[in-house]
Amino acid sequence: MEGKDIERRIPIGERPPEERIKDFEEVCLGYTKEEAIAEAKRCLTCSRPLCVEGCPVGINIPAFISYIKEGNFPQALEEIKKKNLLPSICGRVCPSEYQCESKCVLGKIGAPIAIGALERAASDYGEENHLCEGNSPSHSVGRVAVIGSGPAGLTCAAELARSNIEVVVFEALHEFGGVLSYGIPSFRLPRRIIQKQIETLKAMGVKLEKNILVGRTIPFRDLLMKEKFQAVFIATGAGLPQLLGINGENLEGVYSANEYLTRVNLMRADQFPRYGTPIKRGKRVAVIGGGNVAIDAARVALRLSAEEVYIVYRRTEEEMPARRVEIEHAKEEGIKFLYLLSPIEIKGNGEKELVCKRMALLDERDASGRRKVRETEEIFNLKADVIIIAIGQKPNPLIPSLEPTLRRGKEGEIIVDEEMRTSLEAVWAGGDIASGAATVIMAMGMAKKAAESIKRYLGVT
Amino acid sequence: MAKITRKEFLAQDIVLLEIEAKRIASNAQVGQFVVLMPYETSERIPISLHNWDQIRGTIQIVFQIVGRTTSELSTLDVGDYIYTLLGPLGKPLELAEYGKVVCVGGGLGIPPIYNIAKGLKEKGNEVISIIGARTASLLILEELIREASDELITCTDDGSYGRKGFVTEALRDLLNTTKIDLVIAIGPVPMMEAVANLTRPMGIKTIVSLNPIMLDATGMCGVCRVKVGGQIKFACVDGPKFDGHEVDFADLRRRLAMYKEEEAKALEEWKARI
Ligand SMILES: Cc1cc2nc3c(=O)[nH]c(=O)nc-3n(C[C@H](O)[C@H](O)[C@H](O)COP(=O)(O)OP(=O)(O)OC[C@H]3O[C@@H](n4cnc5c(N)ncnc54)[C@H](O)[C@@H]3O)c2cc1C
Ligand SMILES: Cc1cc2nc3c(=O)[nH]c(=O)nc-3n(C[C@H](O)[C@H](O)[C@H](O)COP(=O)(O)OP(=O)(O)OC[C@H]3O[C@@H](n4cnc5c(N)ncnc54)[C@H](O)[C@@H]3O)c2cc1C
Ligand code: SF4
Ligand code: SF4
Ligand code: FES
Repeated sequence: MEGKDIERRIPIGERPPEERIKDFEEVCLGYTKEEAIAEAKRCLTCSRPLCVEGCPVGINIPAFISYIKEGNFPQALEEIKKKNLLPSICGRVCPSEYQCESKCVLGKIGAPIAIGALERAASDYGEENHLCEGNSPSHSVGRVAVIGSGPAGLTCAAELARSNIEVVVFEALHEFGGVLSYGIPSFRLPRRIIQKQIETLKAMGVKLEKNILVGRTIPFRDLLMKEKFQAVFIATGAGLPQLLGINGENLEGVYSANEYLTRVNLMRADQFPRYGTPIKRGKRVAVIGGGNVAIDAARVALRLSAEEVYIVYRRTEEEMPARRVEIEHAKEEGIKFLYLLSPIEIKGNGEKELVCKRMALLDERDASGRRKVRETEEIFNLKADVIIIAIGQKPNPLIPSLEPTLRRGKEGEIIVDEEMRTSLEAVWAGGDIASGAATVIMAMGMAKKAAESIKRYLGVT
Repeated sequence: MAKITRKEFLAQDIVLLEIEAKRIASNAQVGQFVVLMPYETSERIPISLHNWDQIRGTIQIVFQIVGRTTSELSTLDVGDYIYTLLGPLGKPLELAEYGKVVCVGGGLGIPPIYNIAKGLKEKGNEVISIIGARTASLLILEELIREASDELITCTDDGSYGRKGFVTEALRDLLNTTKIDLVIAIGPVPMMEAVANLTRPMGIKTIVSLNPIMLDATGMCGVCRVKVGGQIKFACVDGPKFDGHEVDFADLRRRLAMYKEEEAKALEEWKARI
């Protein structure tokens, strides 16, 4: 590959917007084998690969890409799986543009390698050879309880099962996967992909039990005392939705994003009334927030046949924490972005009015490097019949509230040391419960560290 | 999947189910509830625990057939399985020595009053229960509640059994003659509100059990939010028991009516299908 070609990324196949907004099928089609090989060939196989530094689980990126260059997808997948047991999920939802891809040297002269898309291709085409099938532990060398079946819980379980440790995963909801199942819509992450990962875990001998809210169905202390687990990993996520605390927030048709997304993703309200869970299908929908959660809620609203969907964000596009590709997808689908607006009240019923203060952008930056904003006196009203609040989630408070000796931080997160140990003996924590709302790959990275530490604790190598 | 081991119609459209649920039975505490889905296509609905048996590993719930999901639940028979059952949920009632306690149960508030009265009495409190229903045939579980209490007052709106009138009237008479330390009221929202309005000027501590719409019931969605003392609380994890004098009942009533149209449609669709 020569000259200009190396600067340009092979485009990734997507369904046309007018077609995809009619259903919940996957938007991104991913690379074909040929496209993946062509994209892989752009990689310089750097001897000091910067991209790897950007990956929270340290995948040997040049190595797996080299296998793709040769068309050896199963081997590429095998290479990824050394570090990441959920590649079909990460390849789809990892904010790679902020992580591995942001470090890729090619980014200096053109587009960085599409590492995430190649990871997805490896998992899409590598599975055919059944290289990733797990095997049941031949003999058990310890017994560990994992609380929560989101990416952190699943990763920790898989890592432990690989070392012949008996693992039981407890999940409160009636489906496994955590946010992957109830939060992220199927047009970004099809349910069959999650299902398959769960099946693989089961094949590895991991026991998964649903409808168990640890702290209530099983007292937390019973896990170590009565149920004879030697260690516990808490991976209960950041499921507590934050609200605005403004007047009108309790009106009908005002949702937290968690409620809105759960009704559709977990309860299938898009298929109401065949499925019994209802949802308000607004004609004009306003979503408040600027992260992935807000974008997901907006795109779901569109697929529930809303005519107009607005994202209302208090800063500007530059500060939006959502993935760039999702913002682009949302725009293509016709979602309108309103910036520098901060809601102060919701008025009316049925047809409502979202009353906002106009914000002014300042030159000053906050700790995260984003420009600060200030309220102005200008008022902006937006008519909407459904309003969705997506301004963040806090760590799940249930277990910490029942275990006062479990040390917690200011935001309610469980405090852990560098090995993910909590203040309690034999108890680890990781993922969003320890970091606050973050990302799938960060949760997995923490879970892997915890698994290593648990193995050392159990004397397993 | 949880197996139904007993089914009994206590009155027209009021069903008692006994369900195998070892873990719930061994960890249930007074005043808690469960969330269930009769079928895979059902909504998740909350129902209070009425009774449980640690040794047999079973729980009992009592529900009224009102809409789609409770109709679905009523089609399941002994030996059938409930698709999803999660519990025990909510903060348990604190079992302290309060002194003289009145437990007021109206309609479908009667079944959960049973374990509360029993728990409080076992703790050494003197428990007077007042139960009421629209008419005699709907006044369920009288004998059980009597056993669990030191004294029982029964009322029917139409006077067909016991005292004629609302439970609040019986409660008012009692409060006028007896010194009461705590009132617990469970039942329809207007009844709980009336009780709270009655006891507020008397300064008698009153606990109500709120029944907002729920979804996950693990504190994740916020649909169950209620206003208590000017603050937003999630009833499924912060409640469902709250200080009745602090509850914004008007807000609760509005939120409960949110899906009226959709509920009618869901029931219709289901009836057409079966
Ligand atoms: C709508 C949405 C979109 C997102 N999009 C992206 C994205 O594109 N890319 C990305 O990287 N990240 C994204 N994220 C963030 C990412 O999903 C989370 O960071 C990640 O899921 C955290 O994983 P976790 O395992 O820590 O927790 P979770 O995924 O939250 O899982 C926790 C699980 O624990 C269960 N649980 C809680 N308490 C108990 C208990 N007491 N007993 C038993 N079970 C319990 C919960 O039911 C849940 O299933 C998104 C988040 C949301 C909400
Ligand atoms: C903590 C708690 C304990 C309860 N205990 C009992 C009990 O012991 N026995 C009993 O018969 N009922 C109980 N309920 C009420 C019961 O949940 C509702 O009757 C049931 O959800 C109605 O569902 P449906 O589909 O049959 O009727 P629908 O026609 O869908 O609804 C009828 C009414 O029930 C309420 N409701 C609807 N969906 C929900 C939902 N998902 N969650 C909560 N309420 C809803 C609404 O006010 C609605 O107007 C309790 C509710 C709560 C919150
Ligand atoms: S897991 Fe995420 S950060 Fe790591 S290589 Fe894959 S896409 Fe990049
Ligand atoms: S930095 Fe970029 S070019 Fe270099 S190895 Fe990583 S992906 Fe390939
Ligand atoms: S029912 Fe979802 S938070 Fe209470």
